[in-house]
Amino acid sequence: MSLFAGAWPMLRKEFVHLRRDPGTVIFALLIPVIQLIIFGFALNMNVRQIPTVVYDQAPSQRSRELIARFRSTDTFALVAQVTSDAALEHEIRRGHAQAALKIPYDYADRVLAGRGATVQLLVDGSDSTVSSAALNVFNALILLENQRLARAGPPIVEARPAVLFNPATRSPNFFVPGLVAALVQIMVIILVALSVVRERERGTLEQLTVTPVQPLGVMLGKMIPYVTLGFLEICWVLLIMRVVFAVPIHGSLATLLLLAVPFLVASAGIGLLISTRAHSQAEAFQMAFGTMLPSIFLSGYIFPINNMPPQFQLVSKIIPTTYFIEVTRGVILRGAGLADLWPNGAVLTAMALAAVGLAARQFHRRLS
Amino acid sequence: MPPVIETREISIRFGAFTAVDRVSLTVDRGEVFGLLGPNGSGKTTLIKSLCGLVKISGGEGRLLGLDVRDEAPAIRRRIGYMSQRFGLYEDLTARENLEFYSGVYGLTADRYARRLASVVELTAITPYLDRRAGQLSGGWKQRLALGCAIVHEPEVVFLDEPTAGIDPVARRALWDLVFQLSGQGVTFLVTTHYMDEAERCGRVGYLYNSTMVAMGTVEELKRLPAANPPGTARYEITCPNITETLATVRALPFVREATIFGQSIHALVDAAAAPALATATGVAPRPIEPSLEDVFVTLTNRILADRSAL
Ligand SMILES: Nc1ncnc2c1ncn2[C@@H]1O[C@H](COP(=O)(O)OP(=O)(O)O)[C@@H](O)[C@H]1O
Ligand SMILES: [Mg+2]
Repeated sequence: MSLFAGAWPMLRKEFVHLRRDPGTVIFALLIPVIQLIIFGFALNMNVRQIPTVVYDQAPSQRSRELIARFRSTDTFALVAQVTSDAALEHEIRRGHAQAALKIPYDYADRVLAGRGATVQLLVDGSDSTVSSAALNVFNALILLENQRLARAGPPIVEARPAVLFNPATRSPNFFVPGLVAALVQIMVIILVALSVVRERERGTLEQLTVTPVQPLGVMLGKMIPYVTLGFLEICWVLLIMRVVFAVPIHGSLATLLLLAVPFLVASAGIGLLISTRAHSQAEAFQMAFGTMLPSIFLSGYIFPINNMPPQFQLVSKIIPTTYFIEVTRGVILRGAGLADLWPNGAVLTAMALAAVGLAARQFHRRLS
Repeated sequence: MPPVIETREISIRFGAFTAVDRVSLTVDRGEVFGLLGPNGSGKTTLIKSLCGLVKISGGEGRLLGLDVRDEAPAIRRRIGYMSQRFGLYEDLTARENLEFYSGVYGLTADRYARRLASVVELTAITPYLDRRAGQLSGGWKQRLALGCAIVHEPEVVFLDEPTAGIDPVARRALWDLVFQLSGQGVTFLVTTHYMDEAERCGRVGYLYNSTMVAMGTVEELKRLPAANPPGTARYEITCPNITETLATVRALPFVREATIFGQSIHALVDAAAAPALATATGVAPRPIEPSLEDVFVTLTNRILADRSAL
């Protein structure tokens, strides 16, 4: 008797289920679109137009020039002029402004005398993304202003930062490749786990147990359809990314799709593992949800892994999404090839084997 | 030829709880064996252990001469099992369900075509072949389920409460199917709560509290000494105001048991108490043979009495 006995009828049946329940397929293809819209358009992580108030203690030619420089950036939007420290603080506290530029009364005098003038930027630190962007741009502006004022020839050192690979630091370029990975992992885990648990609830899994079907046959029959669906979903999200968000793919699509296979199998394996634990669909859903949070927040999808505390970095290392995000960003943004990304592929393959192996052991225990 | 089903002192324990306690039974080829007993008495567990779904804690079970513990894979191809909530795929059509199970049993295309024709003929499911299983009525679902359980021509079929919740006509149709198959040599172990179904079985076993308290043909059970205690007689009392009479009868000192049976009361009384019974009820009692249900009630009462005497 083959180790995979029953895989073929299981597989065929599973595709019939999918055909009969187009909801699942629509769910799989529609959710990414909604997510893309939310993350791609609404959640624009590039900081622009920070509402800023100005407190110019002694308006002068010089101070007006400085304010004009601020106005010319896209980062700051001057929303009001105030005339006291109290008013300035009030504007920030009640949320009308997230930054305040304070130019002291002796600014012009000190600049003219070359005595080192100070300009203060007060930033609302409650949103770290905004405050760090504000500080960066502020520093750069002041640097430029210094250069302009130092009339003695060109500056000796000039800072000219350049962002590689995502020159416009556009959010979609950064988010969408991560989204592909995070979304597909969750989808595959949930669909596989639910389809097995559904059979347990309905009693068909017990029925299968008295037939010559082998655990690996059941598992294969359950994994292939959803791995296929996950694969289609990846292609679909990449298509939207390319066409709607105009994110170019710098590397080879074939590399990306090749490395997607172990990633999808690992996800399906996790789904199977969950299904051996869960007694009801609701429980399976909860457990799948449990895997969702780490794969969104600890995979580097949203927060850079290097900024995480060491314990969390460790967790991020056991999440398949982490490695596949490396792959998607590598291929799409940096044009990385198989030669650069194979370690990720190796880890994903090891994870796939481990997950499927563990699930097989659990299935064996339950089915025989 | 060895018996098709044979258990020797089979026990099944879940932790400290014993769900099946030293049950021995043998069923021969072509027999229809009925397993009765209240809910929780261990019927399903016993069947599951024979199908290899539950581990046996003690004793021995053999199916078709094979050990259920060690030779489960070989057994699987030769048995059919219809669980209490048979696993039909509700979004698949009747035909697709049959096709799936035949695929699972590894039937060749040729053999599947032949088996489909024969199962369809047997179950008369032709008009519903392309309807989804979930849309079938309870009776048709059960027939389809039986069809799926026998698509691979098993030699033994286990049916766990196959007629629970279906209408009387469908019940009869399902039993006709069972007897047709048993006539072809298929062996059945069927659990049921219906006495009329039990009466149709060749032999019956009564499980109570995990133990087999009685086993034999229906006639044998009715003549069981334990069901007909010495010095007692069984009477039927037919009268209009049956519930009030039941209370009266139960209060009489010489009445051991009294239960309502349709339009009458069945009472187990001390022998020679018939005249007193007639006086108390105002109706002439008619001596009767115990029904199968009477037998089980008497057996159960005796066990309860023995236990409280301890
Ligand atoms: N897997 C299990 N673990 C613990 N107890 C169980 C298990 N399966 C059945 N039982 C218990 O065994 C007893 C017999 O159950 P069952 O065989 O289903 O009875 P029946 O089919 O006669 O109604 C019940 O009390 C049930 O709770
Ligand atoms: Mg039961």
